[in-house]
Amino acid sequence: MRTSDGPWIESGELHCSGLIEIERKTWGEALDLSSGQDYYDLTKTVSSERGACPLLTVQPSRALMDEKFQIVIMNLLPNQKVTLHSLHQSEDKDFWEAYGHYVSDKHGTVTVAKDRCLGGTYDGTEQMGLIWSMRPIPGSRSGLRLRKTNVLTPMVIHISVYGGHLSQGFSQITPLATSVTERWYVTPGVQRVNVREKGVRATLFLPPGPGPYPGVLDLWGGGGGLVEYRSSLLASHGFASMALEYLAPEELRTAEVDVAYFEKAYQILQNHPKVQSNRMAMLGLSFGSAVTLSMAAYSKVIKPQCCVCISGSHVFPVNKSLFEVFEDMKKYMDRVVMNEENQVIHRGIILPIPSDPALKVDVGKIKCPLLLVNAGDDQNWASVESAEDMEMMMEKAGNRHLLTVLTYPDAGHLIEPPYTPHFRASNFILQDLKQKIVMLWGGQTKPHAYAQEDAWEKILGFLQQHLYFSSKAKL
Amino acid sequence: MQLCYFTAAFFSSKLQNMLHLRILKQINSVSNLISLRTVSTQKRTCPLLSVQPIRGLVDEKFQIDVMNLPPNQKVTLHSLHQSEDKDFWEAFGHYVSDKHGSVRGVKDESFGGTYEGIEPMGLIWSMRPIPGSQHGLSGHLSQGFSQQTPLATSVIERWYIAPGVKRVSIKEKEIRGTLFLPPGTGPYPGVLDLWGSGGSLIEYRSSLLASHGFASMVLEYLTPNNLRLEDTDASYFEKAYQILQSHPMVQKDRLAVLGTSLGGIITLSMVASSKVIKPQCCVCISGGHLMHFDKSLSEFYAKMEKNADKLRVNEYNQVIYRDLIFSVSRQSFKVDVGRIKCPLLLVNGDDDQMVPAVETAEDMEMMMVKAGNRHLLKILTYTDAGHLIEPPYSPHFRATNFYQPWTKKRVVMLWGGQTKSHAYAQEDAWKKILAFLWQHLSAPVASF
Repeated sequence: MRTSDGPWIESGELHCSGLIEIERKTWGEALDLSSGQDYYDLTKTVSSERGACPLLTVQPSRALMDEKFQIVIMNLLPNQKVTLHSLHQSEDKDFWEAYGHYVSDKHGTVTVAKDRCLGGTYDGTEQMGLIWSMRPIPGSRSGLRLRKTNVLTPMVIHISVYGGHLSQGFSQITPLATSVTERWYVTPGVQRVNVREKGVRATLFLPPGPGPYPGVLDLWGGGGGLVEYRSSLLASHGFASMALEYLAPEELRTAEVDVAYFEKAYQILQNHPKVQSNRMAMLGLSFGSAVTLSMAAYSKVIKPQCCVCISGSHVFPVNKSLFEVFEDMKKYMDRVVMNEENQVIHRGIILPIPSDPALKVDVGKIKCPLLLVNAGDDQNWASVESAEDMEMMMEKAGNRHLLTVLTYPDAGHLIEPPYTPHFRASNFILQDLKQKIVMLWGGQTKPHAYAQEDAWEKILGFLQQHLYFSSKAKL
Repeated sequence: MQLCYFTAAFFSSKLQNMLHLRILKQINSVSNLISLRTVSTQKRTCPLLSVQPIRGLVDEKFQIDVMNLPPNQKVTLHSLHQSEDKDFWEAFGHYVSDKHGSVRGVKDESFGGTYEGIEPMGLIWSMRPIPGSQHGLSGHLSQGFSQQTPLATSVIERWYIAPGVKRVSIKEKEIRGTLFLPPGTGPYPGVLDLWGSGGSLIEYRSSLLASHGFASMVLEYLTPNNLRLEDTDASYFEKAYQILQSHPMVQKDRLAVLGTSLGGIITLSMVASSKVIKPQCCVCISGGHLMHFDKSLSEFYAKMEKNADKLRVNEYNQVIYRDLIFSVSRQSFKVDVGRIKCPLLLVNGDDDQMVPAVETAEDMEMMMVKAGNRHLLKILTYTDAGHLIEPPYSPHFRATNFYQPWTKKRVVMLWGGQTKSHAYAQEDAWKKILAFLWQHLSAPVASF
């Protein structure tokens, strides 16, 4: 066992045991070196026992978050049992992992895109299973949610191949091969711009090149904060996308966030020199959908070419300050329940869908194409029921032709850009009550992963259709 | 003719660079302008430019596809890069879209520009510093790109290092270098990487080798940290080799030495005579056996100085070393290549103006036939390639500024080579060098 002042490196980023230190940090508990066994001998023994030198490739090694990768293992023995493992350390320092059991073919090859995974955190032929089936490693804190805060750096994932079918103890065993892959939230050249203007707090992402580009106002939900990763991806697909912060207890008082706030934000985006003022969209998730529908229906300023609402509802129109909207909602809090695991089920708050028009956005007034993306197992908002009601209202008002509804069975509330892990529930802070709870989102992992992949493709297609290719767009 | 000289460190040690790819169309007559407008009110087509992968390794090919153009449309594909020294480099190719309105870099011909023919990577290897002014051709652009608005832009990144590769500074007594380790626990075959008389620490070949599964250490041996030339002798290289060999992530019996130019000369000397440096294989690029490096670097340069009168200067004031190296070799002992016991790969350009590489390779072959170890030798000779055979897809320079450490003067050095042939040589040689290393170091063979 070499000491940390080993003779061959005096200084630098890594020493021999420094190297092991880094491995330890990566794993929590690395190889057991307390026996004094030489690190080098340990690895050599394992490799020569295995015989062949497996080759693991992940292509592309640097990809966008919403891009698929190809994982291929070669040079195994024929019909060799192996486990493919993925490991990621989040910005919060938690470890997430996934794994799948495979058997190589007669050439000693495993091709994830076409071979069947026999078990693990996913099964079947699942090209991206090693990412979307990730979950916190055993012993982690509970209620975790994986979200990227710094979108200018990639998500780094270690993919490893282990001999045999393993289900645990990955950190104690030396893999046959390891490859590291980066998943980026921006393409090269995308510009990130801090927006702090007229009291509006936002981040604008601009595609590379001179533009101008269609603009998207991007709204998240009641979790609040400034969530940038969807906008950075939209910019990577050619949209000038602005993520808007509207729920930030330290910086913005809910009494001051009203229709004028959203209109100001929209105008800031629209007036930007790299944005095409007549090619705009609004995209909202969860509570952001209520904002989107309200603005599209009522605002004289916000007149987008199209709108997308994910997992939202038209109930509780945002035609006053957020403070007042939340006060209205509080009256129905008794409809919010908890299950046996103490997880909060929020969906009942708008059920039954009210018949009183004052309690709903008048969607009959919407004049642009509207895409609704809903989850069949949404435990947070009754979005499917809301969509049915909206459809009826639009039928009556004569604008039903503008509506497209996508419903994904067994998906949960948080339909986000694809290839991120699914979690059925996670920690949440109820803004006004400052209470820490566990919120139930719903969904089953595989259908949810499919929903995210398919919905994202459809959302991008919808935006491209109405913002890039529409002949109805005024020149 | 104005010639622009830039230092050979186009990519120096930075591990990332960006290029803009733009489609540009020149409108130079009224009728063109009208037809363009007509097209846009009937159907809003936005040309789509895609480059895959958008983040690739420097030695990886990319695929450029343009779609949604009108059929038979003249377009110019343009690449732009700003180096770390703030110089701008560019390349461009003239294409015509097919009947579907597409241009595909892998199968369509460039009709002119800085490269011609079907050249998927031409937009990189044909780059040159942005000239003053040039005459343009109608329909296609040849100048003034910065004044034109492109139809579409894509920014790509070319990386010198794969994700997870670790960089370790080596500072052990007087030895200076950088070690790049592939991701994972290893252990890995090791490569000792030696550059030429330009000096300094050029990391990108080692970082690329690590990206392909080798623990590669590039050694700084020309006055690192003010080490004197007099004190740089065989033991310096032996110590460096041992540092690599004894690293816990390196397989001690799977090692190679790879050297370019002076580094190649040193490689052959060490491998033939050292009791310590016994790699499983070695590669010598644009080097030779003509000067035995046995005492120290200062003695080595003294030999060169004695024959400085053999330095030629051509009509462009570019210095040619070839003849000097020839004459030195006749006066000193050659490396006894008959004593080499491991497979040896020689990579040469036949237009090498610095080292008479082809002639020396022939001489080496004769010596090895006599000694009975000819079967270890493999020679790759590339027509019209110059001295600087580097990892592929970097621009070619026929001559550049060069600092001569033994005269302490800056000259313009002629390396030789013709652009297209040199680009081909770099691409092919790199593939073959990697395959050679994989073969002899028993590393898993990747498709490349």
